[in-house]
Amino acid sequence: MSASEAPIVKETKPMAKVVPLAIAPRSARDTNPFLKWIANLGSHILPPVITLLFLLVLWEIICSSPDASVPPPSRVVAETWELIVDPFYVGQGVDQGLFWHVLASLKRVALGYSLAAAAGIALGALVGRSEWAMRGLDPIFQVLRTVPPLAWLPLSLAAFKDGNPSAIFVIFITAIWPIIINTAVGIRNIPQDYQNVARVLRLNQFEYFTRIMLPAAAPYIFTGLRIGIGLSWLAIVAAEMLIGGVGIGFFIWDAWNSSRMSDIILALVYVGVVGFLLDRAIAAIARIVTRNTASN
Amino acid sequence: MSKSYLALEQIDMVFSRDGTSTQVLKQVSLNIDKGEFISIIGHSGCGKSTLLNIVAGLTQATRGVVFLEGSVVDLPGPDRAVVFQNHSLLPWLTVYENVKLAVDKVFGRTKSRQERHDWTIRNLELVQMVHARDKRPSEISGGMKQRVGIARALAMEPKVLLLDEPFGALDALTRAHLQDQVMQIHAELANTVIMITHDVDEAVLLSDRIVMMTNGPAARIGEVLDVPLERPRRRVELVSDPTYLRCRSGVLKFLYERHRLMEAA
Repeated sequence: MSASEAPIVKETKPMAKVVPLAIAPRSARDTNPFLKWIANLGSHILPPVITLLFLLVLWEIICSSPDASVPPPSRVVAETWELIVDPFYVGQGVDQGLFWHVLASLKRVALGYSLAAAAGIALGALVGRSEWAMRGLDPIFQVLRTVPPLAWLPLSLAAFKDGNPSAIFVIFITAIWPIIINTAVGIRNIPQDYQNVARVLRLNQFEYFTRIMLPAAAPYIFTGLRIGIGLSWLAIVAAEMLIGGVGIGFFIWDAWNSSRMSDIILALVYVGVVGFLLDRAIAAIARIVTRNTASN
Repeated sequence: MSKSYLALEQIDMVFSRDGTSTQVLKQVSLNIDKGEFISIIGHSGCGKSTLLNIVAGLTQATRGVVFLEGSVVDLPGPDRAVVFQNHSLLPWLTVYENVKLAVDKVFGRTKSRQERHDWTIRNLELVQMVHARDKRPSEISGGMKQRVGIARALAMEPKVLLLDEPFGALDALTRAHLQDQVMQIHAELANTVIMITHDVDEAVLLSDRIVMMTNGPAARIGEVLDVPLERPRRRVELVSDPTYLRCRSGVLKFLYERHRLMEAA
């Protein structure tokens, strides 16, 4: 029986080899990393570049008349050329390069956001773990989170009597709600299986927190952190308009008061790009940290 | 008075929700000797998993007591390690780290770092999973995950090993392979084992005694069948063994003639 099987196997082997030959040319192109990179670049970078160019041209046409209230892109570039080429310019008082304005804003965000992340995860863990903490705190959180960021500013100015800590507090109070709420949801959704494992092993509270709770809730926590960083950046620009000093928000307000429309437009580009990069940074950290937490 | 190694005495379990209460288990009593391999078999919904959870301490019985070596069981603990139906490995830890977590927790005070490492590897060797020690659960097959789950449970050196339908989600070939491994481990370590199953052949092949549950609500132990087969057992030889066939038909008759599940069509 085995003797009669052997030839059949031998006959089918050459037929099977046809398949790798057929895909060989395609795999040669796929395996070249440079060509692949170029192809990838073309398909992902080209569409937004074309869209951007189209919008710029449209804007140029619409605002081309000399009495247009908003300057066209060509005039924006011409009028802000000094700011574009020298972002590291150091001058007197608030007369600084755009890099320093953005850096000042980022410093405030970093501080307020870090505090919000630490406090938010801790409070979220409490609310997620304890039924009573949830019943007591959740309604308060739900009301407070709807308060617009700037509405906190007068109160914090009264409390801190200084612009800078007030701005940091506004960041903190803006970013903390999504972090609390998402952490709590993540912890409430920890599968019963993991809890049973923890109970059989008799993990103590601290071990349970570090070994089970944080990793299991990490995807939720990072969702909260990502929403939080976006809100922080929204809030800082608005808060800085009111508190003054060095910062991209005040730069915009200052430009408005001196009717420098082109400066405002350039600053908006900076705000948008930095906000985008912040979001991407948190998303990248999330991807690294939670790459192994997908349940299976 | 002398109690057996593991004793379940008059276990009642009643679940109450929204004012209506359902009796799941009624007057379940069972004595298990050290080193015995017990299977609990019954139709789905008969409360066999609930019974296992009560022994594990994960669920509190409404009435009745579980004694292990004469002391009352009321909390979960590593002396009654559970192999969960869906393996329950922590996906953010590697195979090695999953077992190591249990080893560190149980032997953190009594064994040195090197000893704990060796013990972790030793248990992975028992289930032949050392080769995948640095893989994550998502990177290995269902059968492999279950083997790591068994290694984690064995690594706790439990007094009783509780298997909750451990092979239920696996294909027939993988299942047979794992059954052989469990038999081999049982022969080597002489653990006391309680296994929940709904597979008649699995129950007869592995067990010293088969506990057959009646249908719920208020499930009881209907019958306890001795399996007087010599060990080591080989599945191929047992296919035509008269004792094996007698036990098998005993369980089948209990499940499909006297306690047929009416609503299951």
